[in-house]
Amino acid sequence: MKIEIITPDSRIYSGEIRSVRVPGKKGSFQVLKDHAPIISTLDKGPVIIADEQGQVIKYEITGGVIEVKKNRIILLADSVSES
Amino acid sequence: MANLKAIRVRLGSVKSTRQITSAMKMVAAAKLRKAQDAIVQLRPYADKLNEILIGLNTALRDTEIENLFAERKNSNGRVLLVVVTSNKGLCGGFNANILRDTRRLIAEKYSEQFRRGDLWFMPIGKKGYDALRKLKCNILEEHNNLYAGLTFDRTKQIADKLMNLYLTKEYDRIEIVYNQFRNAAVQKLTEEVYLPVSTAPAGKAGSVVTDYIYEPDQVSIVSELIPKSLRIQLYKALLDSFAAEHGARMTAMHQATDNATELIKDLTLQYNNARQAAITNQLLEVVSGAEALKG
Repeated sequence: MKIEIITPDSRIYSGEIRSVRVPGKKGSFQVLKDHAPIISTLDKGPVIIADEQGQVIKYEITGGVIEVKKNRIILLADSVSES
Repeated sequence: MANLKAIRVRLGSVKSTRQITSAMKMVAAAKLRKAQDAIVQLRPYADKLNEILIGLNTALRDTEIENLFAERKNSNGRVLLVVVTSNKGLCGGFNANILRDTRRLIAEKYSEQFRRGDLWFMPIGKKGYDALRKLKCNILEEHNNLYAGLTFDRTKQIADKLMNLYLTKEYDRIEIVYNQFRNAAVQKLTEEVYLPVSTAPAGKAGSVVTDYIYEPDQVSIVSELIPKSLRIQLYKALLDSFAAEHGARMTAMHQATDNATELIKDLTLQYNNARQAAITNQLLEVVSGAEALKG
């Protein structure tokens, strides 16, 4: 599945991934392949991506919103710092 | 025939002017590239956010969710205009266009509010601020130093302030007047209604409504996304204007450099003509002097 992480200033990450864990408003949750469509606002916290090779990438976001639809994930972050 | 010295002095000054304008052109070109990058980076974010909002709107079309940013029924008719100009001049018609349009708004669309003193301004950029002050307009506050570091965080503060002014019923309508960036040579003058948020169904008819899971719930998502998109809207307007400014300046300075080159060509020709005439004159004098001596 494909993910795009975008902030107002730049495109942070874009590519194929296996899974992503995001800090949802109602609690952290993980998105795997064929996840049901969801729109959720995000809290401050870590975004953890496992890419195709199983490598883990971690970003720290200050909030945002995520949309998952047909194995396409759009994560609009307010601001991102790599950690 | 103008005298030699005068032409030489003029030639010198035109040459140094050309140097300045061509340097300014280079600087503007470099800044334009940066500004253009910024706006190009923002567009996907703005588009995606819009996409999500449209998706939400279509899903929520039939439900009654109170939208604080929607149009109010009993309004006090107070209007705030955000006028986006540049801090510096020498950018062709960039600021003049904005100010002409602003004056038109004062004279036509909002003449009634203006007479009542209900038309307020928030200039962003020194040029607009100076002009509006001269027109004796009500100025709420100016943000002239914003361009020094145009970041999302700083525009966010202004956007939040605008939203607050709307929510506290200070103003009933907030509009932005700015130059939209098309390409380096073309700007498009834009008047945008910032608040109230238009409630017209933005979604294309017939678009498939996806059955989303909403987390935490639809209402809180909408109430969080609308301010977000408003902030982005302002940021986008400012970035647009910023890029447009440098584009306008680059074009203006390019033209100025061309004109100076043309002028230098003319002046050089004139100078050489005058020089030749002077030499001919001197020769004539020498020859006729010698001729006179021969007797």
